[in-house]
Amino acid sequence: MNYIKEYKDANIINNLKKLINNVKLDRVYNVMEICGGHTHSLIKYSIPSLLPNINFIHGPGCPVCVMPKSRLDEAIFLASMEGAIFCTLADLIKVPASNTSLEKLRAQGKDIRALYSPLEVLKIANENKDKKIIFFAIGFETTTPMSAILIEKVLEMGLKNVFFHINHVRVPEPVEALLNDKDCNIDGFLAPSHVSVIIGENAYLNMANTYKKPFAISGFEPVDLMHSLLNLSLQFKNKTHNVYNEYSRLVSKNGNEKAKELIEKYFRRDDFEFRGLGVISNGGLELKDEYDYINAKKVFDIKTNTKAENKACLCPKILKGLAKPTDCKVFGNLCTPNNPIGSCMVSSEGACAAYYKYNKI
Amino acid sequence: MCLSIPSKVLSVDENNFAMVDTLGIKRGVSLDLIPEQVNVGDFVLIHVGFAMQKIDEAAAKESLELYKQIADEIGSEEIESRFL
Repeated sequence: MNYIKEYKDANIINNLKKLINNVKLDRVYNVMEICGGHTHSLIKYSIPSLLPNINFIHGPGCPVCVMPKSRLDEAIFLASMEGAIFCTLADLIKVPASNTSLEKLRAQGKDIRALYSPLEVLKIANENKDKKIIFFAIGFETTTPMSAILIEKVLEMGLKNVFFHINHVRVPEPVEALLNDKDCNIDGFLAPSHVSVIIGENAYLNMANTYKKPFAISGFEPVDLMHSLLNLSLQFKNKTHNVYNEYSRLVSKNGNEKAKELIEKYFRRDDFEFRGLGVISNGGLELKDEYDYINAKKVFDIKTNTKAENKACLCPKILKGLAKPTDCKVFGNLCTPNNPIGSCMVSSEGACAAYYKYNKI
Repeated sequence: MCLSIPSKVLSVDENNFAMVDTLGIKRGVSLDLIPEQVNVGDFVLIHVGFAMQKIDEAAAKESLELYKQIADEIGSEEIESRFL
């Protein structure tokens, strides 16, 4: 077993499609996939076209998409400092800030590095003792424990030239904000895969009970997604609101306890401005005050001048499930992966990028 | 960011680093996030240079067994009992 091809079996997908459509739901139900990786898989495998009674809403679970311009401007400031080596993960360097992007800054000669692993910071710091190494930490609960381990190793090794700008976000708070938003009309959720590996199945129980909405924790492969959608369809029909764990090969009831302890050790809850959703109370994490001396926000006098978002961009509405990428006037013409206006187009897991790539628009 | 490709553990060194094979590509990853023992031959889920969790082979096999039994003749009551 390699855990990939078995979960892409066309025959199983076809049978699951029949079973889902045989549930004969009485109306179209709105299902939000919280994770950007799920958006990518759903569009890639054309799953929405197989299931006429399910309308997919693309949620706020892409760490790059939810990053507000103000924090990107802080990244630009830090990366522009004399003697700085700016390190971060993934697509962040492409995201436009108010006046430029990290990618453009790098082209102008600034030392900006996209890392494969946060631990690469240790080697960079050791080899560049005369430089200020900035680790701009991003991501949901999936990457937070990795940042915690990096902090632990930096402290253990006594490295004095590493500073952290923490932008870690949490999944439960923005989901609860959406459930409290009268404009949002979500019937059930595909809960994220990797975040759930860390936080565990039980993390969704309160929301499922309080708001009477079913959750299905799903893997990324098409069979995983179809199985989860069958469960949600049956729950809609039976009017239940349980947390179903389809991804039991990786997600346990309580998640990864070691990772959760590491997060608690170094971080405290903090408010976070999610792009499109606004400020969410306790939606993010910050370094505990005792680590102020490695906190880039405290150590450096960061100055920014953040501009308002481009009014034509529908990213905020798309992240709330109030619009589809194709509803946006600039989608596919002014806004493309080569010239992204909004973050949903920048990140490969953003809803707009997925629509652009797989719908060939 | 969420690539979800299981990787097979090829070796584990004394620093809790493993060499893994991800679809033919070999790379080193940290095992610092995994509470239990990781052995050569295990499958793990990798994210940004760390193994996040071991894959539970029994759970994976159980799900696949269930899917393989899915056929048109399964009645609706049985579907509910198996999938809810």
